[in-house]
Amino acid sequence: MEKKVFTRPRYLKDAVFHYCPGCGHSIIHRLVAEVLEELEIGEKTIGVPPAGCAVLAYNYLDVDMGEAPHGRGAAVATGIKRVLPDRIVFSYQGDGDIAAIGTAETIHAANRGENITIIFVNNAVYGMTGGQMAPTTLPGQNSTTTPGGRDISRDGAPLDLSQMLAIARGSAYIERTSVDSPKNIRRTKKAITKAFLTQMEGLGFSLVEILSACPTNWKMSPVDANKWIKDSMMNTFPLKVIKDKTNEK
Amino acid sequence: MTEKQLMRGSHVIGEAAVRAGCRLYAGYPITPQNELTEYMSGAMARLEDGTFIQAESELAAINMVLGASMAGARAMTSSSSPGISLKQEGISYLAAQELPAVIVNTMRGGPGLGNIAPSQGDYFQATRGGGHGDYRVIVLAPASVQELADLTRKAFEYADKYRTPAMLLGDGMIGQMMEPVVFPEPVDLNKLPPKPWILDGAIGRPSRIILSLLLDTTVEEEHNWKLVRKYESIARDITSAETFMTEDAHLVVIAYGTAARIAKGAIKRVREIGLKVGLLRPVTLWPFPKRVLIEMSRQIKDFLVFEMSTGQMLEDVKLSLEGRSNIHFYGRPGGIVSTPDEIAKEINSLYHRQHLEED
Ligand SMILES: Cc1ncc(C[n+]2csc(CCOP(=O)(O)OP(=O)(O)O)c2C)c(N)n1
Ligand code: SF4
Repeated sequence: MEKKVFTRPRYLKDAVFHYCPGCGHSIIHRLVAEVLEELEIGEKTIGVPPAGCAVLAYNYLDVDMGEAPHGRGAAVATGIKRVLPDRIVFSYQGDGDIAAIGTAETIHAANRGENITIIFVNNAVYGMTGGQMAPTTLPGQNSTTTPGGRDISRDGAPLDLSQMLAIARGSAYIERTSVDSPKNIRRTKKAITKAFLTQMEGLGFSLVEILSACPTNWKMSPVDANKWIKDSMMNTFPLKVIKDKTNEK
Repeated sequence: MTEKQLMRGSHVIGEAAVRAGCRLYAGYPITPQNELTEYMSGAMARLEDGTFIQAESELAAINMVLGASMAGARAMTSSSSPGISLKQEGISYLAAQELPAVIVNTMRGGPGLGNIAPSQGDYFQATRGGGHGDYRVIVLAPASVQELADLTRKAFEYADKYRTPAMLLGDGMIGQMMEPVVFPEPVDLNKLPPKPWILDGAIGRPSRIILSLLLDTTVEEEHNWKLVRKYESIARDITSAETFMTEDAHLVVIAYGTAARIAKGAIKRVREIGLKVGLLRPVTLWPFPKRVLIEMSRQIKDFLVFEMSTGQMLEDVKLSLEGRSNIHFYGRPGGIVSTPDEIAKEINSLYHRQHLEED
């Protein structure tokens, strides 16, 4: 008998991803679905998709999903969680969504120690709107609004939101991972698991920042895109546990 | 029914909201409505299942309310004009996603930062949707402290029934006013109609989605028509207006909220000198009481619209009457509150200018 090695996780719908080939969102969706299944929390989970390429996350993740306006994921998730404290609530947000237009909502949710989880997908561009500069765009990186490359004296330097969130007292667990390689994908899954466990134990705000390829807007092949994450992105955004208070209690 | 008590308007909204089953309030400080936010902080803390959040901005507050509504709670936010502008994105999403919520706007002088004096400058913003897209918000305009209690209850009921945001539109005058009030009994949350659309986890049922992104234009069109059909049924069901001394009137003043109180005082004065003047006070600003107005125009040939603005409701009066009667206007913007004497003078001169004593 043939051994089945690749089955669809229970909380992933039987739908074809609209994401571009090599896009990190597809991998991350799958990881979230796997974790929800392994922790047996899918049926009590409510997800909040962003405005961004992952806006259609509700077409793939088979849990209750409520769309937030661009950047407001943390506020919407806060509202849901406060009403239903025994449910698991997460928002899924891109770097533009969370680190530009939604910075205030995110920092204050972390500071209040909202018991929610955020999956923060950092692909260093605005994917959905066609590759404009994001707060996370690297110095010198070309985007459709930084044609000569990001000039930090003009455009500002990449913003490390996760580090900022770590300063907030209420954040319990923040880790930066990547989905550029099988090893890092496994590490990302562990981090997502830990983030949800943090919430399940009521320890406060948890967030996993995931470096993720956008081959389309980077104008690279998927292989080159993953190499670029490793060679360039990780210099500015090193992979690490940025904060972990989960053992303190 | 509970006992009659003397209470401040803004506290009355808070108490009425609690009794209507509001379980999440999120707000950001702005004068002249801080008393409501402060009241809610205490009231929610006293409830076992209440949540009060002092939000980092009005944007955050409305989106917390949006999340709470998705999760099935009765939820409210409040602000004053500049803050209501910030909430408009969220209100548009509430309308699109068909989520109930109550928003209180204690209007102040504007535009811009303006001042904190009572104003009615946000009528257009409130009654035309306010945010982006083709939608409407239920707008209720209380003119007394008792009505603040009654309309707050109604706002929650309408919002739930029609799955749409409802706004209470007042100003600092009503908010600060002390008047006797009798509250309705608190609702039993367990007896409210079930909401078979909320997001509370897909336990024993298929997962649900609440969204407003409708990429297929024909689907978006149908969604818009569906909203229109809903708005039509709201207009049929809840449109409401008060009339005062209109039976024998030759001239009818049209005013809402604080302006209507002032107009009432003016009408009492001119009645004393024999002028036959009445008042029409829209209680629902959207839906606007168009039929009442058309009906009235069979007898009344002259209407005086009085607003604390340069003329906003005036447009709805014109749209309702479509040339049927003479429409006059008196308004003062920027937070100026006219006195009953001032309006009485205006009525008097208009009355004689139009030769209304001759009828
Ligand atoms: C208020 C508002 N402003 C702008 C937009 C347009 N918009 C949609 S997604 C997006 C940015 C997406 O970038 P990111 O958050 O990095 O996610 P990605 O698509 O890269 O996954 C923008 C600007 C919007 N939907 N709403
Ligand atoms: S544009 Fe980029 S982020 Fe969006 S789906 Fe394509 S690869 Fe993914």
